[in-house]
Amino acid sequence: MAKQKNVLPGFSLSLGFTIFYLSLIVLIPLSAAFIKTTELSFLEFWHIVTAPRVVASYKLTFGASLVAALINAVFGLLTAWVLVRYTFPGKKFIDALVDLPFALPTAVAGIALTAVYAGNGWIGSWLEPQGIKVAFTPTGVMVALTFIGLPFVVRTVQPVLEDLEAETEEAAASLGANRWQTFSKIIFPAIWPALLTGFALAFARAIGEYGSVIFIAGNMPMVSEITPLLIITKLEQYDYVGATAVAVVMLIISFMLLFAINGLQWWTNRNTTSAH
Amino acid sequence: MFKTRIIPAFLILSSILLPTLAQADTNLLNVSYDVTREFYKDFNASFTQYWKAKTGETVIINQSHGGSSKQARSVADGLEADVISMNQAPDIDILYERSKLIPKDWQKRLPNSSSATNSTTVFLVRKGNPKNIKDWDDLIKPGIAVVIPNPKTSGNGKYSYLAAWGYVIKSGGNDAKAKEFVTKLFKNVPVLDTGGRGATTTFAQRDIGDALLTFENEVNLIKKELGDKFDVVYPSASILAENPVTVVDKFAKKHKTQAIAQAYVEYHFSEAGQEIAVHHYLRPTLDSVATKYKDRFKAINLFSVDEVFGGWGKAQKTHFSDGGTFDQIYQK
Repeated sequence: MAKQKNVLPGFSLSLGFTIFYLSLIVLIPLSAAFIKTTELSFLEFWHIVTAPRVVASYKLTFGASLVAALINAVFGLLTAWVLVRYTFPGKKFIDALVDLPFALPTAVAGIALTAVYAGNGWIGSWLEPQGIKVAFTPTGVMVALTFIGLPFVVRTVQPVLEDLEAETEEAAASLGANRWQTFSKIIFPAIWPALLTGFALAFARAIGEYGSVIFIAGNMPMVSEITPLLIITKLEQYDYVGATAVAVVMLIISFMLLFAINGLQWWTNRNTTSAH
Repeated sequence: MFKTRIIPAFLILSSILLPTLAQADTNLLNVSYDVTREFYKDFNASFTQYWKAKTGETVIINQSHGGSSKQARSVADGLEADVISMNQAPDIDILYERSKLIPKDWQKRLPNSSSATNSTTVFLVRKGNPKNIKDWDDLIKPGIAVVIPNPKTSGNGKYSYLAAWGYVIKSGGNDAKAKEFVTKLFKNVPVLDTGGRGATTTFAQRDIGDALLTFENEVNLIKKELGDKFDVVYPSASILAENPVTVVDKFAKKHKTQAIAQAYVEYHFSEAGQEIAVHHYLRPTLDSVATKYKDRFKAINLFSVDEVFGGWGKAQKTHFSDGGTFDQIYQK
């Protein structure tokens, strides 16, 4: 009878394996980072992680990542919508295009974006006379982070939209809902959790991104230096402890943000299900 | 009958088998920095030939290239290199400091503090030198954009920074004047790439900046690869960039490659090795080769890190550590 509770046997075995696996892949390397920082006194640690240059880099990294993830949430949703709800020639091609930022080596993305947005590039040569500089400014950082984050939103929202049958929208319309009502009352609540997940993934990916950003950022101290670059900079000086200290701060902030987003998701999930 | 047949057969067989047995190929790993790719391609081919002629052994030399400190860190952390070649001594010192792979006095083992070749920091400007950049003082003028890689992440950038600082000291200035000078210089830097090649791309492909500061050998490579769109400007004085090389004793011992690794690093100092270096615009240290190619390398006033800064350790600490003079430029 106990078998009916769970179709697949071996809960304790699989849980044991999961914990072992997560420890091996995630927890042990991360705790090594934490242990390394214990070589510092708290004051030293605090001094390193609150140095003006480091603080400026947190602002850029987290700020640009947030903006990029928000842009991706809006336009990623739009892209997913178009891909699910319409058929048009070349749709397969566009669908494949979405995944490209996943597969492309980030350095290639960085170099390509810089080439296009630099003052002598296709887009840059057109923007610069208008007084808009993208490459080698914080704006450039945002562009690179938007590029690498796009697939996360599209690919999380797409399957949910596919499951959401067009009939529900027709039903809503036949019951007298206008377009905005259909969207805000029917479609949006259904895709909201997926959208939030996509946003969180894009955001997390952007925080850790290094390869594509360093080419387009210009890397000016206090202006366009991202935190991962500062970590590398410290490593280049064989300052392992300093590098880990900054890394630990990034880890803590990222974990708190992701935890908050997950919490928000759980909360909305509970609210929407109880509303049904 | 039987014997007469088997002996030739044996001879044929052994002539096929024996050389392959004798040639149980030796592998050598040389971990180097970023811009030596082209040089080592030629150098390794030449050494392989030399070693084969000398001992009959075939040696396969594997190369690993990347940012210098990153490469040094990999070896210190366990990448089993037999030989390491860098563009500044601190990146080899670290092998002693972090993991005792080499003796502390490794620089004394070979001539010229173990540096087979030198280079120096020069300027690359746009064709015709439209901004009329002649010397260091022209770089700090308002409206001039200079591309230099980040001194904190690149050996190339460190040399450029120290070259500017040393220029002021050498022309009679003090540390305060030198600091003022490099501050003005770096205010003119629009992009700080993380490595030398990145800076080259920014200058040459993105058309950013009026001058690029980089090594003499890199400048000549750029002219060769990217066409005749640039001119080289030699400042009145610049820094002596040394390229040290050494055997990584602990790993060579483990691989039983000490003898060949030693021969390999010594080959850098041989006439043949030096000729290859010259071909790649690296300044030779062997007198005979240096005299032969005197015209190829413009004689400018070169000063060493030891001479002006009292050694790399001190230079690193004063200028490039966190809160050092380089950081102070950007601190508001």
